[in-house]
Amino acid sequence: MEWETVIGLEIHAQLATKSKIFSSAATAYGAEPNTQACAIDLGMPGVLPVLNWEAVRMAAMFGLAIGAEVARRSIFARKNYFYPDLPKGYQISQYELPVVQKGQLVIDLEEGVSKVIGVTRAHLEEDAGKSLHEDFHGQSGIDLNRAGTPLLEIVSEPDLRSAKEAVAYMKKLHQLVVYLGICDGNMQEGSFRCDANVSVRPKGDPKFGTRAEIKNLNSFRFVERAIEFEIERQIDLIESGGKVVQETRLYDPDQGETRSMRSKEEANDYRYFPDPDLLPLALDEAFIDVARADLPELPDVKKQRFMEQYGLSAYDAAVLTVSRELAGYYEATVAALGGEPKLCANWVMGDFSAFLNKENREIADSPVNAAQLAGLLRRIQDRTISGKIAKEVFEAMWAGESDADAVIEKRGLRQITDTSAIEKVIDDVIAANPDQLAQYRAGKDKLFGFFVGQVMKLSKGKANPQQVNELLMEKLKG
Amino acid sequence: MHDKTIAQLSASLAAGEFSSEELTRALLERIERFNPQLNAFITLTAESALDQARAADERRQRGEAGPLTGVPIAQKDIFCTDGVRTSCGSRMLDNFIAPYNATVVEKLNAAGAVMLGKTNMDEFAMGSSNETSFYGPVRNPWDLDAVPGGSSGGSAAAVAARLTPGATGTDTGGSIRQPAALCGITGLKPTYGRVSRWGMIAYASSLDQGGPMARTAEDCALLLGAMAGFDPRDSTSVDRPVPDYAAALDPPLAGLKIGLPKEYFGEGLDNAVAQVVEAAIAEYRKLGAETIEISLPNSQLAIPAYYVVAPAECSSNLARFDGVRYGHRCKNPKDLLDLYTRSRGEGFGPEVTRRILVGTFALSAGYYDAYYLKAQQIRRLISDDFRRAFEQVDVIMGPTSPTVAFNLGEKADDPITMYLSDIYTIAVNLAGLPGLSLPVGFIGARPVGLQVIGRYFAEDRLLNIAHRYQQVTDWHARTPAGF
Repeated sequence: MEWETVIGLEIHAQLATKSKIFSSAATAYGAEPNTQACAIDLGMPGVLPVLNWEAVRMAAMFGLAIGAEVARRSIFARKNYFYPDLPKGYQISQYELPVVQKGQLVIDLEEGVSKVIGVTRAHLEEDAGKSLHEDFHGQSGIDLNRAGTPLLEIVSEPDLRSAKEAVAYMKKLHQLVVYLGICDGNMQEGSFRCDANVSVRPKGDPKFGTRAEIKNLNSFRFVERAIEFEIERQIDLIESGGKVVQETRLYDPDQGETRSMRSKEEANDYRYFPDPDLLPLALDEAFIDVARADLPELPDVKKQRFMEQYGLSAYDAAVLTVSRELAGYYEATVAALGGEPKLCANWVMGDFSAFLNKENREIADSPVNAAQLAGLLRRIQDRTISGKIAKEVFEAMWAGESDADAVIEKRGLRQITDTSAIEKVIDDVIAANPDQLAQYRAGKDKLFGFFVGQVMKLSKGKANPQQVNELLMEKLKG
Repeated sequence: MHDKTIAQLSASLAAGEFSSEELTRALLERIERFNPQLNAFITLTAESALDQARAADERRQRGEAGPLTGVPIAQKDIFCTDGVRTSCGSRMLDNFIAPYNATVVEKLNAAGAVMLGKTNMDEFAMGSSNETSFYGPVRNPWDLDAVPGGSSGGSAAAVAARLTPGATGTDTGGSIRQPAALCGITGLKPTYGRVSRWGMIAYASSLDQGGPMARTAEDCALLLGAMAGFDPRDSTSVDRPVPDYAAALDPPLAGLKIGLPKEYFGEGLDNAVAQVVEAAIAEYRKLGAETIEISLPNSQLAIPAYYVVAPAECSSNLARFDGVRYGHRCKNPKDLLDLYTRSRGEGFGPEVTRRILVGTFALSAGYYDAYYLKAQQIRRLISDDFRRAFEQVDVIMGPTSPTVAFNLGEKADDPITMYLSDIYTIAVNLAGLPGLSLPVGFIGARPVGLQVIGRYFAEDRLLNIAHRYQQVTDWHARTPAGF
């Protein structure tokens, strides 16, 4: 039988506010345990939550960016359950009326195919703390630094049909929230994590199969592997006469498998009800207008513009708009150079990105800024140096000699374009290789490359390659 | 000097008749002497009280005294007090030293009031007789066999017995007004949102409201003036200026339209109480008021709605008491579930446990619509009843409680009968309106209270109405025998 996979993702994006969603404690990552937890985060008796409007503004920006309805009235609800890292015994979340309702995201699949994925809702909620099971000799420690950190939980429609689509969706969402500046996107620190609802059904069946929820996937690779494993597990189970049960599963990256965590019967009844400590969240037009004004150019729009304005391919435009920083660097380079968008694209996507990746640097920390890169490209453009020499110059610039012209001068890398000088070198090469010359003239055309190589070597790579080709062709004819 | 009201003490302190330190010492001595009988205080803060008193005296010397500077008061043990045990009447918090002050405490401290101690209360404010306290019942100074009412029973008894001229209370379903009535004092539950809930340990967040308890309306006005006001730390507090309540006490009542809901004078109301209340209303007619019979047709739904909403909220509010971070923790927990179940089982008394269970049930999947949602709809109906009534009348009057104080133990095993003790007060909380109880007579030794209900934020009017009555009667000035 042919099977169809149905996947829906719930993504938790940690909002990049300075303070928590219901208290003024800081949200910075990595502080000593419980040093960023105030009385409110600790759930002390008598404390009350006060909403951080910055988190709301960010949620509204997200809603506008995915063409969703930003609810003018939404409700904070309590999700009740007991857990040691949940100080109040409930999480403040949104349940029946979320702040963002019904949006969509277009994902790009292979061969230029794109697909619209529905976003059911996105709601604001607070994160829980962390249980620490090491270093406590059979006991557990609780760190409440993370408790109260604002999260935007983004729930997709069950529109995804493969692990690849799920990853594409997740990447697209990741790109978007980082673009919007509402999430730092750091997956290792848990700023962007995913629960996947996975089910399979016979192809053509309108009914959904029973789903399993895989919790807390914090990398694109894990999402892909976990879903692929889960699809196979469910198909095998059904084909061998079994039944998928609704349950929560955990992905074990070491074993590459998902394992049952709790079944539906064991699932909590969260007893949601509107939080009486918080008024309904009412947003007026002015607030939404501010959020709209804060929206940057969105990735898809930017990509389209890059294709039109710079004549770039869809691929190049996609790579260059992967982040706002890279796109900004590219545009600054083109502007400084005053044109040559393709040359700039090749360098930004090529050597520049390679060096950044190799050293794991952010663009902001790059030793070569856009104006400096443009300075180098100008020397390729005016044929002062060849593309090959330019790589050498770039390396020197990266290492700290930031000005391209200074490097070229200091190292004497200026390209030789003087015809007589090149001819002199060619003559020397021909004179030194009489055997090869004879063979070439006897019809062994392949040796042309040998002569080019010798000329470039003798000129220390500085001879203009195009002139070398032309002059050599003449001379070898005899 | 213990027999003086806050207003009189304020004048005496201003006149230099005695110092706040002398006054505080005198009251601390009275508490030492009478508290063993009454059990009105859980914690005495004698040392810090004397420090505050001396500071108040210095402040007065510098000419910076306000009406409450140097005036001793007591705080209900539901308000967090920095560095002082805040038990909420529960074993769960018997070891809990609050790390911060409630806004109400902060404000009264800033006004120069002297905190004598923390008063006894029903556990987590759940009760109408002060018998659910982990620290034992409070006795009614008018009759030691009788309960003082609840949950602010300690505050009411302490004020009635002249152990303190004023105290704070909280009122979720009648917890200021009913004990005020049963102890013969004046108590005001303000409009929801008038007094900050920050630092007030939550029972039912959408109903809880702190307020003043004192002998006279004038004293309540002075206390409320200090307690009320917008607090950015409480999202449900209302940003609205606080009027000068003490300055609004005097206008005559001629032309006042008093609504008398027929539902508040029907079945279930003790005949003798009805007669005392009617006599008080007759007095108001003499003061120039007009009375009009009105109807609050959904009154009988208030108790069932309350006993869904309040337990539902309490089941969630009290989830934080889990033995993990503070409060009672069971000995040698085997595992996490054992830690939770034994810490909570040992820490909470039976009434709190009952309400947590009821509330958990009411919010459970499949029951939510039938209970919680329905109760919220009823709340709306009850508010509408009041809204319609206030189109016709200025205030509503009736008995605060259907009976005078009952005997200790009389209703302790019968929660439903106990719940009916708040039949006239609960609807006011469901609607979020202000309500005041003032003493209007006795049946035998036991006091009777009259409830006055006003429009939103009409605290000044309620205090004015009570004050005018107290100018022509002396029920509020009587002292229980032996005190």
